Amino acid sequence: MTLSSFIFRNTFRNKRRSFLTMLSISFSLLLLTLMMSIWRTFYIDQGPPDAIKRVVTRDRVSLAQFLPAYYREKIRAVPGVVAVVPLTWFGGRYKDDRSQNSFAQMATDPDEYMKVATDKIVPPEQVAAWQHDRTGALVDVELAKKYGWKLGDRITLQGTIFEVNPELTIRAIYHIDPPVRAIYFNQKYLEESVPWFKGQAGFYIAQVASSTDVAPVSKIVDDTFRNSPQPTKTESQKAFQLSFVAALGNVKAFILLICGAVVFAILLVSANTMAMSIRGRTREVAVLKTLGFTHQYVLSLFVGEAVTLALAGGVAGVVAASGIIRWLTHSSLAIGIPAGMSVTIPTMLVSLLVAAAVGFASSCLPAYNASRMNIVEGLRHVG
Amino acid sequence: MAIPISYNIRNLKLRKGLTIMTALGIALTVTTAIFLMALLAGLQRAFVSSGNPRNVLVLRKGSEAELQSGFDHTLFATLTTLPGIGKDSHGQPMVSGELVVVIVLPRKDGTGEVNVTVRGMMPDGLELRPSVKLAEGRWFQTGQREVVVSQSIRNRFSRAKIGDTMEFGKGSWKVVGVFDAGGSAYESEVWGDVNQMAADFDRTEGYSSAYLSATDPVAADALKNRVSDDQRLKLEGVLETEYYAKQTRSGGPIKIIGIVVAVIMAIGSSFAAMNTMYAAVAYRGREIATLRVLGFSRPSILTSFVLESLMLSLLGALAGILLMLPFNGMQTGTSNAVTFSEVVFSLQITPLVAAAAVGFALIMGLVGGFAPAWHAARQNILTALRG
Repeated sequence: MTLSSFIFRNTFRNKRRSFLTMLSISFSLLLLTLMMSIWRTFYIDQGPPDAIKRVVTRDRVSLAQFLPAYYREKIRAVPGVVAVVPLTWFGGRYKDDRSQNSFAQMATDPDEYMKVATDKIVPPEQVAAWQHDRTGALVDVELAKKYGWKLGDRITLQGTIFEVNPELTIRAIYHIDPPVRAIYFNQKYLEESVPWFKGQAGFYIAQVASSTDVAPVSKIVDDTFRNSPQPTKTESQKAFQLSFVAALGNVKAFILLICGAVVFAILLVSANTMAMSIRGRTREVAVLKTLGFTHQYVLSLFVGEAVTLALAGGVAGVVAASGIIRWLTHSSLAIGIPAGMSVTIPTMLVSLLVAAAVGFASSCLPAYNASRMNIVEGLRHVG
Repeated sequence: MAIPISYNIRNLKLRKGLTIMTALGIALTVTTAIFLMALLAGLQRAFVSSGNPRNVLVLRKGSEAELQSGFDHTLFATLTTLPGIGKDSHGQPMVSGELVVVIVLPRKDGTGEVNVTVRGMMPDGLELRPSVKLAEGRWFQTGQREVVVSQSIRNRFSRAKIGDTMEFGKGSWKVVGVFDAGGSAYESEVWGDVNQMAADFDRTEGYSSAYLSATDPVAADALKNRVSDDQRLKLEGVLETEYYAKQTRSGGPIKIIGIVVAVIMAIGSSFAAMNTMYAAVAYRGREIATLRVLGFSRPSILTSFVLESLMLSLLGALAGILLMLPFNGMQTGTSNAVTFSEVVFSLQITPLVAAAAVGFALIMGLVGGFAPAWHAARQNILTALRG
């Protein structure tokens, strides 16, 4: 009998215990994988290639403060800028104010919008239809599916920031991966209905020629407006989105705390199981040693068992985590789930590595004790 | 006849290592749950304790928050003449027209920038918020570019101590005082003179909101309706207490994440507890059979083992609470879903949170202990005695 098959058989000898340990470890690793995926999405992932070439310019002090319309042409004049569009958060309601009916509603300039939103796929004839209808709207395909919207349908939004209820006609539907649940309509329509808003915009998004232009363009834009009545803050789209995450609180510390608790919890569970398992086999270890098996052999036997068990739990947890994330990002419940979140292969590997390391660490002490046991005492032991 | 509880206690003591490790596992889960519940309790307190029941907050019709609201001076003048408004210390109607804007401040620890609410108010604004106390320095003076900041703003942001100058609007503002808002939503604000601020933010045409202080809470209710029902005004009155209670929903994301994390960890811990209890039952096969022979019934053995599991989890809960107690009162912030600005609040391990944590642990103990206890009670006496 080889060492590996011996380990494998012993691991699943007490089926119930192994199964429960595995389940316990898999739930912890499920959580660990989820947390690591969130971390990756927020802090490591640079976003799709189109997004890294976009910069967002907003009022330096507050996002709630509008910027003057003439800023757009000044931003366009900055070398490296390919296109620039205004975007204004309409923040209205659709149907009611329940959270499942909340989605982003933005006023923009349809004539140039597609040059910036290069990753949104829309048939050219629909883009033209949207540009020609002042009350037209461009909507997300998943949103359209959810509400059963078709091209030509009319919908009404209720304003909360703006005292107007725009009636919009759906003229174009976009596909984007990962999905972004939003609706875009013509800024001019909003300006006509809300006189005080005329000549302003919430913020600007500019497309730059290459990703290396992001930093210099941001600096030049902010320098341009430094001494104007409204200084600006320009940053990459990713950084802009992260500022909303930062507002939730100290997310990094929060994730680390949970990860730490989880890893420690698996360590305890695994150590517990190994201690129980070795305790029940005291006499067996003595017999093995009588037969001439070495310390090292006994040691590796138990360590291997713990690592196998932890890895089995890890695989189950990682598979469950990727299933959950896949389901979440595609369900209509996914409000506030960062777009583009997924469990990548490196994340999976790190999770499994953590599982194996924890299995190893947890078994070291009990296995060492078992391997050092006095044979005579072991044989005498009453299990 | 019931098996004495001391039997279980002795058994837990006998298997010290196993007991401690399982209890620690449960403690970790409880710690996470307490952390999240304490966050929510602190957030709840920040909003619920804000607002004076005598104050009526006036917003533009349709606005949900002060930040989105706005009306001009003439409307404010009409408001001050409404019946039911109390008198301030100068014998004038106790009203305050206020300007609310959001500014960006860098965090002291360098973890980025955060939106903070700046509130410009009239002198009566201080008088109609008696729960807010001056902690250091003095209040801002009308007509001066001075601000007072809350204690948590002073602690969490750079350049917010007395004597410092803060840069926002069109220039610099001198910090002259620090106030203690008692954990309310004002704990996240910077206050100054309304006219000075209006000039800086180009909002001289009017106010974001108005606070009217009624003579008593009953009059406040009538005043609220008077404002909302007046067709000429196109304004809406809300009780200040109700306005803040509605903002508690800012805790939504934390609540959802918290529940998911706590439930997943609890399931994992239940399996671990089940493992420990199964082992406890397996080691004591002969002992249990002996108990049966002595005349203890199956139900009493079942109860005994469930109790043992519950004691184990209770131990874990207590350890968890002890582990978390040093963090009680720790301050943190989140984004207010209504105003997009930072709300500062502290972790609050209230008796209710502690009780919920114990209940949570007991559920884990029950789930983890029932199957093994059932197994123990159903054992065949003869085979167990022989084994």
